[in-house]
Amino acid sequence: MSDLTIRNLKKSFEDIHIIKGIDLDIKDHEFVVFVGPSGCGKSTLLRLIAGLEEVTSGSIQLDERDITDVAPAKRDLAMVFQSYALYPHMTVRKNMSFALDLAGIDKAEIQRKVEDAAKVLELGPLLERKPKALSGGQRQRVAIGRSIVRNPKIFLFDEPLSNLDAALRVLMRLELARLHKELNATMIYVTHDQVEAMTLADKVVVLNAGRVEQVGSPLELYHHPVNQFVAGFIGTPKMAFLKGTVKAVSNAGVTVALDCGPHYQLPHQSTSLKPGDDITFGIRPENIEVVAADQSPFKVRLDVTEHLGADTYCYIKLANGEMMTVRAPGDFMADYGQNAGLLPDLSQAHLFDASGKTIPRPRPPAQAA
Amino acid sequence: MLTLKQGRQLQTVLLGTLAWLVALTIFFPIFWMILTSFKTEIDAFATPPQLFFTPTLENYLHIDARSDYFHFAWNSVVVSFGSTLLGMLLAVPAAYSMAFFETKRTKSTLLWMLSTKMLPPVGVLVPIYLIFKDFGLLDTKFGLVLIYTLINLPIMVWMVYTYFKEIPKDILEAARLDGATALQEIYRVLLPISKGGLASTVLLSLILSWNEAFWSLNLTASSAAPLTALVASYSSPEGLFWAKLSAVSTLACAPILIFGWLSQKQLVRGLSFGAVK
Repeated sequence: MSDLTIRNLKKSFEDIHIIKGIDLDIKDHEFVVFVGPSGCGKSTLLRLIAGLEEVTSGSIQLDERDITDVAPAKRDLAMVFQSYALYPHMTVRKNMSFALDLAGIDKAEIQRKVEDAAKVLELGPLLERKPKALSGGQRQRVAIGRSIVRNPKIFLFDEPLSNLDAALRVLMRLELARLHKELNATMIYVTHDQVEAMTLADKVVVLNAGRVEQVGSPLELYHHPVNQFVAGFIGTPKMAFLKGTVKAVSNAGVTVALDCGPHYQLPHQSTSLKPGDDITFGIRPENIEVVAADQSPFKVRLDVTEHLGADTYCYIKLANGEMMTVRAPGDFMADYGQNAGLLPDLSQAHLFDASGKTIPRPRPPAQAA
Repeated sequence: MLTLKQGRQLQTVLLGTLAWLVALTIFFPIFWMILTSFKTEIDAFATPPQLFFTPTLENYLHIDARSDYFHFAWNSVVVSFGSTLLGMLLAVPAAYSMAFFETKRTKSTLLWMLSTKMLPPVGVLVPIYLIFKDFGLLDTKFGLVLIYTLINLPIMVWMVYTYFKEIPKDILEAARLDGATALQEIYRVLLPISKGGLASTVLLSLILSWNEAFWSLNLTASSAAPLTALVASYSSPEGLFWAKLSAVSTLACAPILIFGWLSQKQLVRGLSFGAVK
């Protein structure tokens, strides 16, 4: 078992509040990803869990045991650092056996555990090398191997892929996902890269300015963000946000007038909105279709288009200065400055009130998380 | 006009010449001291100075007859190694805490420690002398070890701190998570990684202690007197005997010169304060 329970956790450095009261439950076998912009406190939260930083207030429990003030060594956690943090003076084998050595485990047992982990990570031929004779990807695997041999309750990863090149990153991402399945372990993973968060996580924790914005499955976050921050942070290219005003609120939904022109009737249900309120209309790039200028009331001029092969990104600067992106099919062709019309799929649109909170939209059965 | 290549060659030659000039200027007094030590007292005084003469060992024989060189040499060895050992025992933990558990006051503490080196030693001679007298430390090797440790400690802490600063904190944190206690963290991870820098610090401390003269002259008489005191004893009462003084100086410098020469590489790395990774 390895259930982690965090209650009202706070961390301040002098008078700077980094973590401002976090409650979080992490269940056995879950792959949890902390994601957020830099400075949001995600690494600090991980270090608090690891015991590398002292908690200012609040509690951390691991399987009913309060570990808030327990020394890092006694928490039964293993951590993979962004810099790998291998011991440069030890061979790969020594790096991996160091923790077991300190714990006074029997030599033969250590040897068996190291060889097992080396097999899983294909490190066998490298065991007698020093870290400086390894490539980035290999070092990364040694760092992971060092945690595996200890068979910890929870694996902690602090941006482990950010020092690798793009191709290797994708490869290691897959390897981590496979490792999670094979070890059936509980993992907490910190990243600023929302693609890593989406692809790896069972549960994503979006952090911003020391608070949890939303916790949920990747698709839950993608389709039903609780606020404008999460909506904008998850997904690339970003969701477009268009400012507007509420025109009417009824049982059928909300009618909005966008500053850039068009009026839309949306199926969202709200009891708090009233006509005249400021509102933000959000739409993801793939939920918009580009059509001829005369086929839509939403008339725009296309800016630059980028052909990625499978997709084409059309960048659009609206008359009122707002920017948006449309994901069009790969064979979509358009000229710079060409006039066009946009047709948003209103069933997929998002609405946020003046404080950035989401106005819930009806869930189609397929998307119910 | 010079071509680019010729210009670069000329620059190399000029810089090389300059370096040789500086090196020779620095080396000359040592060379002259060794040379003089093999002259008779008459040759040593001659004007113009003589570069070619009949060498003699009489000065060395005289020293051997008059003083017990090995007594002084042994004292030098004991106080140099003793103060270096004690200094390292204090400097490593101090630098560890300052490098890895930095607080708001760390920088000013470091500066304050170094600022004690700016005080002229003679300014504290009387109080230190009285303290040594009251504690029975005058003319004891232990007393010298203490005073040398104190005067070298700021430099040692500063150097070790600089080396520790180069080591990523992550590595120590990884050890902490791997179950290492603070002592295991230092002895099994930190010290092996920084052994190059620590060796330089040890060397520098040995050399500084070996060459120290002010305190050894003032705080010792005979039983704890190191080589520097032996040299000084040759400069006084009967007037100046240049050849004998040179011989005794050569004997005092020789061990540390040979030692320094053998560990040149380590020393250069150390004095460049970790600029070389």
